[in-house]
Amino acid sequence: MSVLKLQPYKIFTVLITGMVLLGPGLVSGEKQLAYTSNTCLACHKDEEVLPEDFFKQDIHFISGILCADCHGGDSAEEDEELAMSARRGFTGVPSKRQIPAFCGKCHSKIEYMRVYRPRIATDQVQQYLQSVHGKKLGQGDEKVADCTSCHSAHRILPASDPRSSTHALNVPQTCKKCHSNSIYMKEYNIPTDQFEQYAKSVHGMALMDKGDLASPACNDCHGNHGATPPGLESISHVCGTCHLNNMQYFSDSKMGEAFVEQKLHGCEECHGNHGIQSTSDNLLGIGEKAICMNCHEQGDDGYITADALHKMLRRVVSLYDSAKVKRNKVQQIGMDDIEIGFLLQEAKQSIVQARTLIHTFDTVKVGQKTAEGYKKTKQAVILADNTINDFYVRRYGFGAATFFITILIVALFFKIREIDKQKRA
Amino acid sequence: MNKKSDDRLLNWLDERFNISPFLDFMKHKQVPIHKHSVWYYMGGVALFLFMVQVLTGILLLLYYQPGVDSSYESIRFIVTKVNFGWLIRSLHSWSANLLVLFIFIHMFSTFFTGAFKNPRELTWLSGFILLALALGFGFSGYLLPWNELAFFATKVGTDITGAVPLVGKAIKIFLRGSEDVTGGTLLRFYAFHVAIIPAIFTFVLSVHLLFIQRQGMHEPDFYKKLPREKQKTIAFFPDFFLKDILLWLIVLNILLFLAVFFPWDIGIKADPFASAPQGIRPEWYFMFMFQTLKLLPAHILFIEGEIVGVLMFGVGGVAWMLLPFWAGKINAQIRTRVLTTLGLLVVAFILVMTIIGYVM
Repeated sequence: MSVLKLQPYKIFTVLITGMVLLGPGLVSGEKQLAYTSNTCLACHKDEEVLPEDFFKQDIHFISGILCADCHGGDSAEEDEELAMSARRGFTGVPSKRQIPAFCGKCHSKIEYMRVYRPRIATDQVQQYLQSVHGKKLGQGDEKVADCTSCHSAHRILPASDPRSSTHALNVPQTCKKCHSNSIYMKEYNIPTDQFEQYAKSVHGMALMDKGDLASPACNDCHGNHGATPPGLESISHVCGTCHLNNMQYFSDSKMGEAFVEQKLHGCEECHGNHGIQSTSDNLLGIGEKAICMNCHEQGDDGYITADALHKMLRRVVSLYDSAKVKRNKVQQIGMDDIEIGFLLQEAKQSIVQARTLIHTFDTVKVGQKTAEGYKKTKQAVILADNTINDFYVRRYGFGAATFFITILIVALFFKIREIDKQKRA
Repeated sequence: MNKKSDDRLLNWLDERFNISPFLDFMKHKQVPIHKHSVWYYMGGVALFLFMVQVLTGILLLLYYQPGVDSSYESIRFIVTKVNFGWLIRSLHSWSANLLVLFIFIHMFSTFFTGAFKNPRELTWLSGFILLALALGFGFSGYLLPWNELAFFATKVGTDITGAVPLVGKAIKIFLRGSEDVTGGTLLRFYAFHVAIIPAIFTFVLSVHLLFIQRQGMHEPDFYKKLPREKQKTIAFFPDFFLKDILLWLIVLNILLFLAVFFPWDIGIKADPFASAPQGIRPEWYFMFMFQTLKLLPAHILFIEGEIVGVLMFGVGGVAWMLLPFWAGKINAQIRTRVLTTLGLLVVAFILVMTIIGYVM
């Protein structure tokens, strides 16, 4: 019987049966491979000697990369001796110093890695060898972090996975494991309170309390694979990665030049590092909390400039605050506050820009911006006052309306009385 | 238009529609005058407030856009941008509350003066249905601004209906349109508020008014016992009608005063994912029921307290609705005393629970 002679429904039945039988195999073929033809896993599982951190969601495991792909040997061989023989390329567990190269076998090869992710970086090992961790490992210090210290060995998850030790939310905890352990870190003679400070900082609270992933974790300033403390010159660049304008204004200012000359630590000098707090206008000026007064003295140029900048800023901010109160009142009485909101948004923008321009220490530039903000805020205040006034005008309008209605009521009352009288008469 | 042209128009209409009997009826209709006559006006005030509701409601409809992303915004637009939108919206809200208040006053005055009795059973029944529909108007309209308080109050309110045995869950899902209060609920409430309830209300109101006109005003027992010459009356038209208009104008003035000096705010936009704010409470006319349910213990015997409460209000409501049909069976000698005591107890219960609800 030739195929052509088959009835259509029979062809259909054959096709469906074939799909049912072959379908699952095609779909999960890759995953099946990791389980069925992996004799390493089969024996280690039977003898209960799987690595302590073995996790089936591990990125390598679910990608079908077998034990032998890292550790060598023959995962298809059922004979234990043969499977783990040097002849079959078995390398076993790498020593601490071998780990970077061990991972680098694949992770440093773009031709291999791009199969998994075309845009993946392959310079991690190179960066690591330049880092403080890598250099120390090269010198024989086996206490420092290697790849597995942060990523684990058999429980590696992509950094985008919130369960991963390298996910942004978990990075501070990962670094903390060693860096907050004063006994472990004793011989390195570096502080161990970074995490404690960071947790209370504006960055730490945003990341760890509010889950704001835009806030920097340790690696955003120090680098990850190439982790190193930022040097004197690079501090403002580190902060400038996010706070671009502040860095640019500061670098171009006279103050920036003076900092370089006097070997001062750029941003950190005023704002601190791990424990950086939310800024306030009072950090500027000549008041008790003013940082400017840490270096400047009464009467010097810096003192005069700081005072002028602070006054400019306070003038617009206090008007802005009172405008906000008026806007709330407008909202509360059920009047239109949309235009006021737009004006205040523009004013807020000018205030934010003026606060950034503070880093130029230029009273003219800051003055222009605060004047801009003041003008917009003033317009908002006038509009709010007019709107509140309109609200009361409504009441006068009601007074007029009620007057006419009352006249009508009185007239009607007399009319009714007149009718009553006529009836009685 | 002078008298002559008036007559011509009436003749013209009479030829076609035979309106003479109706005009005769209006001319000769009399309203009794006695110490309780003032209560006759309460239904009229409720009618006036309903008309205000219809008028302001239609005006609001011109701008209101139901929807999770548009309800709050359109109300905001109405009160801030539309000419006199703030006034119309505030009038609608105030008038709604006064309408319910006057329906309650009208109902209790009917109860205490005994006006519900034979032959006015169906007038009472239709009046009770109007009260229930007015409460439905209030409940459905409360959600329409889609603000925080309304959202959570609707959530709590529809949850309570879920406690009704057997059919509760189905009613809850029917009201909400799904398991939870969503944009679907908003659309549904909008349909109830502007189409379904108004249609039923208008029909029942017409029937209610027709009954009143056919049967005339109720005469209290003491009035009936007076000698014929001492039974004072006034003509419905124009005397009673003008007094009605006078009262309506006063109510309109009060309404305007409330709308201007105590404008209804629009609150904060509802956020279904936010936690419920403090002070979630239903509208005042649901407060006594809400408070009672709150005060009931978790379990009464083996039944959940809430179910007992809902059943109690259900049975109480049906009994109240059917009042004319069972009150007549009470021994005539003690009937007035029993009913007055019952009525006072109901009023006291509603007042006390409402006050506790606002104080606690």
